[in-house]
Amino acid sequence: MNINALLIDDTDNVVTCVTEVPAGSEVVYRKGDEVLSLKAEEDIPYCHKIALNDLAKGDEVIKYGEMIGRTLEPIAKGFRVWDRNIYSVPRDYASEMI
Amino acid sequence: MQFWGYKRNEGRAGIRNHVLILPTCVCGSETARIVASQVRGAVNIVFNTGCSDVQANTDMSQKVLTGFACNPNVYGVVIIGLGCETVGHKPLREKIQAMTSKPVVSFGIQEEGGTLRTIEKAVRAARDMAAEAGRQQKELCDISELLMGIECGGSDATSGIASNPAVGELSDLLVDLGASTMMSESIEWIGGEHVLAKRAATPEIHNQIIQVCKDYEEHLKAAGQDCRAGQPTPGNKAGGLSTLDEKSLGCIRKGGTRPIVEVLEQAARPTKTGAVVMDTAGFDISSITSMVAGGCNAVIFTTGRGTPTGNAIVPVLKVTANAKTFMMMEDNMDVDLSAIVQGTKTYKEMGRELLDVIHDVCNGKLTKAEAYGFSDIAVDHVCRFV
Repeated sequence: MNINALLIDDTDNVVTCVTEVPAGSEVVYRKGDEVLSLKAEEDIPYCHKIALNDLAKGDEVIKYGEMIGRTLEPIAKGFRVWDRNIYSVPRDYASEMI
Repeated sequence: MQFWGYKRNEGRAGIRNHVLILPTCVCGSETARIVASQVRGAVNIVFNTGCSDVQANTDMSQKVLTGFACNPNVYGVVIIGLGCETVGHKPLREKIQAMTSKPVVSFGIQEEGGTLRTIEKAVRAARDMAAEAGRQQKELCDISELLMGIECGGSDATSGIASNPAVGELSDLLVDLGASTMMSESIEWIGGEHVLAKRAATPEIHNQIIQVCKDYEEHLKAAGQDCRAGQPTPGNKAGGLSTLDEKSLGCIRKGGTRPIVEVLEQAARPTKTGAVVMDTAGFDISSITSMVAGGCNAVIFTTGRGTPTGNAIVPVLKVTANAKTFMMMEDNMDVDLSAIVQGTKTYKEMGRELLDVIHDVCNGKLTKAEAYGFSDIAVDHVCRFV
């Protein structure tokens, strides 16, 4: 099976598809020395993300080993994770100072 | 790891041995270009200011000009001034001579009686300097003499997931070998500044990183610009970037994961060894200008859409993970990282390969922009001209 998605950090809960992936086809990615896969439940455009497991509303979306946002609604495994269903958590500089 | 470089009396070793023809102001730039074109081994920069500036802009220009002169890749400097600019050739020469023992000479176009007479004298001086530079032998230098600037520009969807992580891996490898790396473009940290700050070696550095972002955002706000408005752009979203956090994380990943040991003002020279960051614009040419002024002796540049840029003083190695861009712009791209996107190699494997490539560049292999003699600079401004 050809790799068609990238996992950046082992703790991520999304992978980025590096080809267009039609609904129903396999998303294949590498995790360390293992090759893992899951089924795309909907069409995933080039360079868009797909959920590796079921995410509840408000869950953290992790990429690069860091939170890139929270979900606006539940996103099931195999569905697309994008700007329509996640949001950036507001922060302010003052609270970031230590 | 070692490379063959040019030892200097002060600071890091050079990986090139250029004679720099340095204008004090825009009015000396054309003369400097002609002088450099006449002498093998000489490079020039085109400087577009140096006059009618507020003090803060002059301060920035002076940091850049003196920083260029002191860059380890420069053997010696021929300064071309006019005579009525803000900082003339003599005071600039004296400043540079206070910072470095390398050869520095200077000429003023008004004093010499026009450009042709200035060119004649300056070509002779540059010719003699280049002849001496040619006598200097390369010596084995430890990789700790390398200060590699890390830049990105013309990014696309592959940048954050492939080329930037690969360059981040390279940065980590270099830092582990004892070299130093510099990531800049502080405007692009915004959204991911809290993550970048986690890499800070001390609480002070953590807070400096946050403060740099806060100050930058406020600076732009004062000019009526909201740097978060419309971010990520519709094009970013179509390319799969969902939040500003994600965009920034993809960007800062090129700086690797090692502790950040220093936060530098624009064009300032690091005092620490390891991973450092500099507060610069996101404008790639300006950011490289400031990093070269800060003493970087090589720059690696990730791109998605492709860019021709090069710097007169420092080799700029351009890498892309977009196979189509590499194919379309092969004459401007140095390294094809598309194996990451094709899934045949990981970004960590490509990072290790980049180490060999940057080692070759340190040993003298020309980058494509270098072979063409490209010389882009852009000095950042804080205020309108007077």
